[in-house]
Amino acid sequence: MATGKTDGLGLDMLHWLSDEVVYNRTKPLAMGMEMKRERDTNTLHRHGKHLSYQRGKRTTNPNTSLLKIEGVDTTEAARFYEGKKVAFVYRASTERRGTKIRVIWGKVTRPHGNSGVVRAQFRSNLPPKTFGASVRIMLYPSSI
Amino acid sequence: MSDAKAQKYYPADEDKAKKTVRKTIRPAKLRASLQPGTVLILLAGRFRGKRVVLLKQLPQGVLLVTGPYKVNGVPLRRVNARYVIATSTKVDLDGIDDSVVEKVGGEGYFAREKKSKKQGEEQFFKQGEKPESKKVSSNRAEDQRSVDKALLANLKKEPFLLSYLGSTFSLRKGDRPHEMVF
Repeated sequence: MATGKTDGLGLDMLHWLSDEVVYNRTKPLAMGMEMKRERDTNTLHRHGKHLSYQRGKRTTNPNTSLLKIEGVDTTEAARFYEGKKVAFVYRASTERRGTKIRVIWGKVTRPHGNSGVVRAQFRSNLPPKTFGASVRIMLYPSSI
Repeated sequence: MSDAKAQKYYPADEDKAKKTVRKTIRPAKLRASLQPGTVLILLAGRFRGKRVVLLKQLPQGVLLVTGPYKVNGVPLRRVNARYVIATSTKVDLDGIDDSVVEKVGGEGYFAREKKSKKQGEEQFFKQGEKPESKKVSSNRAEDQRSVDKALLANLKKEPFLLSYLGSTFSLRKGDRPHEMVF
């Protein structure tokens, strides 16, 4: 099968390797021998805060929510998250389909302003009592 | 009052010319970073966070990947390209049997087996018993082994690759995915 040859370490791999050494979780020298390790938290999302709805001085537009994503301070950085899925996870008092945990899904539509805030639309609008609540910004759909 | 008037003229030809469909099925075009041999990070689903090897882009617009199974438990599997991060690590795929990859990537390979709907006597008497647990079909296991064997041999040549693939990716506090280069 014709493919590109291995040319050195990839960046993600280098990153991983330095982590391994710093946290000393596996002995990287015992190649492939030591697969077991303590469970990673395995988060694949970033947290964001639901700030408000898109609004003017007097009118609010609950169709669009404004989110502040952790570590995102510029419009350029916010562009990375365009289109990414957002999940608002909450607990309700009654079980549905065997669980009390529910999700409202949405997606990031575009940056808002110059400080890295983004606009997002949800399948059903987030209720106003979620202002200040945290949402999950997923890493998919990915374009990397 | 109806506005359906009788037609003045009748068409000479009985059959109407059928409309031709001008749409064509085009094979999905995927990102340039998704080349066979690339190590991918899965972003969602049962195997989220796992690092896997891309074997082939399938015409349906999905990716055929393998863990390899022995290294991180991910079997030969199709994944959506949108739920994947391509890293800059590349793996040598030399020695993998093309025909097996072709077969696995072909249509119907991952299709579910149809249950026979017959409600015979046998089934009636079996009702009380426990249904047999689902087994991995031996064909699939064999394909998995044949692909992984060649791949593992290649992986072992490079330092750290095995344990890299055995590790999972996860975001830690303060990590900024928008600044990361994979």
